[in-house]
Amino acid sequence: MTNPILEMKGISKRFPGVVALDAVDLEIYPGEVVALAGENGAGKSTLMKILGGVYQPDEGQVRIEGEDVAIRSVSDAIARGIGFIHQELNVLDNLNIGENVFLGREPVWGGPLRLVDRPKLHAQTEIYLKRLGLDIPSRTPLGQLSIAQQQMVEIAKALSLDARILIMDEPTSSLTLTETERLLEVTKDLRAHGVSIIYISHRLGEIKDLADRVIVLRDGHNAGELKREDINHDNIVKLMVGRDLKHFYEPPTVEARSNFVEAQELRTRRYPNKPVSFELRKGEILGFAGLVGAGRSEIAQALFGVDGPLQGKVLLDGKPIKIYSPNDAIAHGIYLIPEDRRKSGLILEVPIRENITLPALSRYASVGWIMYEAEKKVSTEMLGKLNIKAPSVESKAGNLSGGNQQKVVLAKWLSLDPKVLIFDEPTRGIDVGAKAEIYHLMRSLAESGVAIMMISSDMEEILGESDRVAVMHEGAITGILERAQCSEEAIMRLAVGKTDK
Amino acid sequence: MRKELGTFVLLVVLCIVVAILNPRFLAGANLQNMARLIGLYGIFSIGIGMVIITGGIDLSVGSVFALLGVLLSIFLAEYHWPSSLAVIAVIGIGTGLGWLHGFLITRVLMPPFIVTLCGLLFYRGLARFIANDETKGFGSAEGFETLRNLATGSVFQIPMPFILLIIISAIMWVVLHKSIYGRYLYAVGRNEEAARYSGISSRTIIASAYVISGLLAGVAGVLLAFYTNSISPSSHGNFYELYGIAAAVLGGCSLRGGEGSVVGILIGTALLQVLQNLVNLLGIPSSLNFAVMGAVILLGVMADQLLRRRSATK
Repeated sequence: MTNPILEMKGISKRFPGVVALDAVDLEIYPGEVVALAGENGAGKSTLMKILGGVYQPDEGQVRIEGEDVAIRSVSDAIARGIGFIHQELNVLDNLNIGENVFLGREPVWGGPLRLVDRPKLHAQTEIYLKRLGLDIPSRTPLGQLSIAQQQMVEIAKALSLDARILIMDEPTSSLTLTETERLLEVTKDLRAHGVSIIYISHRLGEIKDLADRVIVLRDGHNAGELKREDINHDNIVKLMVGRDLKHFYEPPTVEARSNFVEAQELRTRRYPNKPVSFELRKGEILGFAGLVGAGRSEIAQALFGVDGPLQGKVLLDGKPIKIYSPNDAIAHGIYLIPEDRRKSGLILEVPIRENITLPALSRYASVGWIMYEAEKKVSTEMLGKLNIKAPSVESKAGNLSGGNQQKVVLAKWLSLDPKVLIFDEPTRGIDVGAKAEIYHLMRSLAESGVAIMMISSDMEEILGESDRVAVMHEGAITGILERAQCSEEAIMRLAVGKTDK
Repeated sequence: MRKELGTFVLLVVLCIVVAILNPRFLAGANLQNMARLIGLYGIFSIGIGMVIITGGIDLSVGSVFALLGVLLSIFLAEYHWPSSLAVIAVIGIGTGLGWLHGFLITRVLMPPFIVTLCGLLFYRGLARFIANDETKGFGSAEGFETLRNLATGSVFQIPMPFILLIIISAIMWVVLHKSIYGRYLYAVGRNEEAARYSGISSRTIIASAYVISGLLAGVAGVLLAFYTNSISPSSHGNFYELYGIAAAVLGGCSLRGGEGSVVGILIGTALLQVLQNLVNLLGIPSSLNFAVMGAVILLGVMADQLLRRRSATK
């Protein structure tokens, strides 16, 4: 085999109080896809930021094509042919595609005037777009593109920079299933053209599909490496957590009770002409599958009253209820754990305590005066009960990891006796360990008689957790599958709107 | 807490410097006069601070003073209303204007800057029109000495407005820092969406901040009218909204919302008054008044930024 294009040897990086990386090695050959796996906090991002020139290593060497290099800055990394597709997109949506791709490197004309040569810029951009199979004019404003297309623009930008090593950090975390497939195609195509790709993902299915090799990090160390033929869920998870994880799905031990929540002819603001009816049983987990944009979150928001007054009829325990605002939903014991916890679930700058007590402050107050001790007692209990890893209840919610933040959002509602819990993408961006804890919590809540609605774009999650699965397509429920009928194919068929057999 | 401390240190240092350069700073009459002004300014600054905590802004306060002052003088000196009725009417109008701002901002969904900027223009124009652009006073009208006493009188040498400020601050301290309402106000200012998802009626909370700001502007407006004793509609209350905003920002309110405290706003108000006083006492040409204030606020905030950056890198 040829020589590795990139070698990172004995890379260590310390931050105040933590060793983020301890003598980590990584090498990659031309035209190879290496998946980098590990729980959140295992050091994946730090390692990639060192490669991308964001951080400097305390120890260790980076070699590109056998030559020792020091990557001192992001522009250094770019000059060495390292492209970085960040999890959060770095595109400007007030510009068009071509302007984004060539931002800061626009072809110019007019001598000292340095005017932008737009025809040339767009012509060149379209070559890259074609290569990525993106059939959109280069002059399209970025704001009109889907997230997946914007990601392609980022890849086009990396290609235009002659990237030979491409880092992709959770590229599919906000893509739909079809978009994910498209991205995986493009990635494979890039590999065929000799680009080396470091692929970070929490989705083990993608890794299995794509990677030639998996490098697993754990607590800042190399935990192990798997060759193509050894890549499977169990092996990866074993290396990531260093222990055998019991299988996720825990079947219910109590019978679900029918007619607990009945939604009849529910209309959402996004799909006003598509009334949706479904039943949610007490003690079950009802999965909501479908492509992103199928209208699942809209139903959750309508039920929770965020979408304005609820259009349609909802029966809770046989009695019709009126929902005009989240306040009403909360009064009936219907709670939402929203999709974007940093934006709508938590107030990041305030302590965990204040976040937990916010929905039910009057319980901790007498005559409007908040009693700090009562707040502290309940939130400390919640910290222990949900195994939230934080120095104290006074730590700011923003300083916690994704999994712990999600547990704080849950804690807000669990202190309040939920009847119905709506989870919207409960484990997005959360590491495997915390995922298992949240699944376990969901199941034990269901057992205790809570009706759970779980919206998820993660097929493993839907198949692994749901007792029944409702599948949506363009605002309508195309089918509700009992557990025995559930399979990836059956769900996908409904999700793309094929209702006929 | 840290933010208030910085401004407090600046305040103390300024006081010491001025006292050394001109011992008259510590004279009873000077301190008394300053306390009176701190009282006047503090009351409406707390209102503006509340609005800033929700992430909004109130630019209309100065013009509201002009309008309320003109109306008060007309009610008392021309209509000869009973003084309590006149005062209640004027404070009621101030509160009503605050409600209007809140309504436009939270129901018609207009930006606070625009709503209150238009208020600033509109109320000033209205005041001048109603007064026929003439300076209004309370003339020889009688029967409201007790009321005037609230603005110009003292108890045990302590000026009444200062006492009122202490009472109002104590109430607002409880409201902002100890009550459910206050917690909601900060939550809405930090992250309106997350607050809404927690079942808080964020629009009502935001609107209420403007109502309270209007109420406090009404109270301060009455005191100011009696204090100046003559209301020239084109200049009465000019720039007062900016003093309020400056006091709130100096006191640690962030214009992005969600930050600030009653104590901080009080310190900010006091700092502005000491600066004003300093210009007078140190024989600095009064034309430089604004320049001195601007420079000190700029340097103060700059020092705060630098210190914070340094402590962040440590």
